Amino acid sequence: MKLLSRTRQESRAGWLMTSPALAAIGLFFVIPAVASLLLSFTDFDIYALADLRNLRFVGLQNYGRLIGNPLFWQAMANTMWFVIIGVPLLVLTSLLAALLVNAKTLRWRPVWRVALFAPFVTTLVATAVVWNYLLHTRYGLVNYALGAIGIAPVDWLGSPRTALPAILLFVTWKTFGYNMVIFLAALQAVSKDLEDAARVDGAGPWMRFRHVTLPAIAPTILLVAILTVAGMFQLFAEPYVMTQGGPAGSTVTVLYFMFEEGFKWWNLGSGSAVAFILFLCILAVTLVQLKVARKAGAI
Amino acid sequence: MLAAAAAAGPLALAGCGWRSPSGLEFWAMGAEAEKMASLLAALPRAGLPSVTVQALPWSAAHEKLLTSYAGGSLPDLGQIGNSWIAELTAIDAIEPVPAELEHLVDGQFPGVVDTNRINGRLMGLPWYVDTRLQFYRRDLFERAGYAAPPDRWDAWKAALGAVRAKNGGNGFAILLPINEYEHLTELALSSGATLLNRDGTRGAFRAPEFRRALAFYKSLFDEKLAPIAGAAQISNVWNEFARGYFAVYPSGPWTIGDMKSRLPARLQHSWATAPFPGPNGPGRSTPGGSTLVVYKSSRKPQAAWKLITQLVSPASQQRLQQLTGDLPPTRSVWESAGLLSDPITQAFATQLELTSALPKVPEWEQIATEMQNVAELCVRGRMNVDQAVTEMDKRANRLLEKRRWMLSRGRAS
Amino acid sequence: MIRGRILTLVAALVALFVMLPLIWMVSVSFMAPGEAAQFPPPLFPAHPTLANYRTLFEDYGVGRYLANSLLISTLATILALLFVVPAGYAFAKLRFNHRDAIFQSLVALLVVPGQIGMLPLYLELKAMGLVNSYAGALVPWLAGIFGIFLVRQFCLSIPTELLEAARVDGASEGMILRRVVLPTLKPVLITLALFVFLGSWNDFMWPLIVLADQHLYTLPVALAALSREHVQDDELMMAGSVVTTMPVLILFLALQRHYLDGLLAGSVKG
Repeated sequence: MKLLSRTRQESRAGWLMTSPALAAIGLFFVIPAVASLLLSFTDFDIYALADLRNLRFVGLQNYGRLIGNPLFWQAMANTMWFVIIGVPLLVLTSLLAALLVNAKTLRWRPVWRVALFAPFVTTLVATAVVWNYLLHTRYGLVNYALGAIGIAPVDWLGSPRTALPAILLFVTWKTFGYNMVIFLAALQAVSKDLEDAARVDGAGPWMRFRHVTLPAIAPTILLVAILTVAGMFQLFAEPYVMTQGGPAGSTVTVLYFMFEEGFKWWNLGSGSAVAFILFLCILAVTLVQLKVARKAGAI
Repeated sequence: MLAAAAAAGPLALAGCGWRSPSGLEFWAMGAEAEKMASLLAALPRAGLPSVTVQALPWSAAHEKLLTSYAGGSLPDLGQIGNSWIAELTAIDAIEPVPAELEHLVDGQFPGVVDTNRINGRLMGLPWYVDTRLQFYRRDLFERAGYAAPPDRWDAWKAALGAVRAKNGGNGFAILLPINEYEHLTELALSSGATLLNRDGTRGAFRAPEFRRALAFYKSLFDEKLAPIAGAAQISNVWNEFARGYFAVYPSGPWTIGDMKSRLPARLQHSWATAPFPGPNGPGRSTPGGSTLVVYKSSRKPQAAWKLITQLVSPASQQRLQQLTGDLPPTRSVWESAGLLSDPITQAFATQLELTSALPKVPEWEQIATEMQNVAELCVRGRMNVDQAVTEMDKRANRLLEKRRWMLSRGRAS
Repeated sequence: MIRGRILTLVAALVALFVMLPLIWMVSVSFMAPGEAAQFPPPLFPAHPTLANYRTLFEDYGVGRYLANSLLISTLATILALLFVVPAGYAFAKLRFNHRDAIFQSLVALLVVPGQIGMLPLYLELKAMGLVNSYAGALVPWLAGIFGIFLVRQFCLSIPTELLEAARVDGASEGMILRRVVLPTLKPVLITLALFVFLGSWNDFMWPLIVLADQHLYTLPVALAALSREHVQDDELMMAGSVVTTMPVLILFLALQRHYLDGLLAGSVKG
């Protein structure tokens, strides 16, 4: 009897403690996500907002229209560039930073750790505004510095070919600190004994890195890669503040496209279709990464 | 349980509406928003409730209005660009002007009044009018041998070339921000293009008039007379204008005040205004301006219209003109405000009589944005003019599909 | 020895490079209007002035947005903790039906990007009357799956004997959570609080959509609006950026040990 009532007490407490959070998740996350899927099969727009009778069920027409829309493909291409170039760049930068900060003979370690992490903490909109000015063609510090080593001024945010790399540079600066910390944790967990054994065996720093450190942190590299991919797919504030998607649509990301479809033009049906496609992309890339990692024996 | 109760408290507090129940909420944009306080203070406010003014930046105002419409948080009344009237009417967001107030538009520029009429009904009262024309550096033109910019396209382009040549080939002659559709639209109207077909159901960008305008627009960039740059890339327009980086700046009356305050003193007599050129003579411009509307969701429409009536009175129009440089819609006020004797503003009076209406379909803003996107690709060499106009028609037709469906069902006009 | 000095020098240079935009941001905010748009670009103000800050607070009412950000971030932090901590503990230590199945589904949901439901969520909040209110801005922070994950991870290491002992003594589950468990959760509580505070302070897209009235704007939204209107006024915008960034930067610097330690602890297991 006593056992039953305790179990029931525990069970009841469990439900009570989780229900507010579960209710919030259900109400504010799950339901909208499902509604989004349903909306994507309609042509919900500003006319329908005014009068629901103007709503039409259109099946896969939104998806079809998106596939035929060059602007959508441009957004996808831009986002893929961010992913393909940005993820290795970011992972490499944060790994190098972590290795630097983790070095045994480094002094004043906490200072560098904080300094390198600081950009991550800053407000994105605020720093996007700062970088807007840093990248100015004639008065920006970046071109000034390039000029000092003999490179002609680059029209960073005004030329379709350089706007995306410019934003990528900014994103790397802003987020590498977060991944650096994750790598730091992983590096500290690398077995000291293995490292010492390798050193005693005469292995140089590069050999030690390749055969001791790298295998040990491989799962972390995968984790960081997955997180970074998801992050790259969700870039929005940067183009919104810095370039408004220009020049010539070269910095329109999928999320920016969704925002414009949904909140600028109120084509909610189309916007929801974009959101759903975004979700499928992130899912696909994540699954591919997991598969590759499993094959490579990392996990 | 405790958590839920504790959560409900702050949520309830946080959910409180902040709008004053007895006052009027007024949304204004740009320079007018900044001067609203002075404007309101000068009104004979007897019988009017208090007014709360919220300022929106122009670049975000359109999306803000639609978002608020969707969220049910529109204000009582506000200022809107008159190119948005068709859209707001189509979604039934604004109230038509009460019949007894319609006389207030007598004596106003007909082109502007026409943009406020949708299917014959007046949907708002013009607050100020504007149109775009050229602001130019008179000293730079004189140095190149021109008293003023010519009024025919070919001669005008030659003049721009001469101005640039005198500058040693540095810089440019005219600033046409590549992300703004107003400049191409103005050239198109001057060329006689209608942009869309008569009932606004299909694009008419392949018509010869528009083709001619697009080709001319592109040539300005090709011949390096205009920089291929967006508004955000020009750090400070005033500094650049003062430095002679460009000599012509197409803009509206709001720039008059900016010119006076932001240009250095030594240049104050070196700039002037002139109407736009056209292919064979003076060009046409858009009858722009802002309109005051009352939103259907307002609970105090009578008080709102009362406020509007006072804000559009000739005295108020004149005061607005003095505070912001905005031009009054009523012709008689131009006389009394001395605008006809000032050569700077006189050019506007001339241009305002030469306006053509833009298509009055709700989708126009999106179509214009797409038009400019394609135009930018054309200017950057990714498409030639033929490909560009075909693409513009294709995109416009796609955007108008719903309108065609609604017309066929009798749900729109 | 030498290697240590070289590494430290390298680290210092890298840190300087990384911090340069922030240093420049502060520097320009003290410059006179128009001073920054010159060639060559100046690094330090000729005559430092507070004019830009004065303009921000007096003419643009930035104090209001600062207060809004503080209010919303504080509320979001408190509510997030209230919702997430008991749930995380319950998933770790309390036995109830379908507990693990539910938790697995939550983990699966982590893959779904938050923005997917943004549009319908807006309509949903409109139906609830929460659009254009502080509550509307807070809502996403209550559904914190990552927070539940973090708390649960931490709670897994609490010895069950401790809890059983308290149960034998007749304590209710609620009392156990408050008296026995909570004191040990201090590190993860601080990390979570900082995480939510920073996240909600810096949040941009959702407040942009849900807050219609200007007097409700948070700092990032107000700054973005200002930057669209005032792209010409570099110095003013830098001052705005400083006001937006400084509070969280200072908070982070004060508590950075906890934040970084919390992240490190969480990710070793993750």
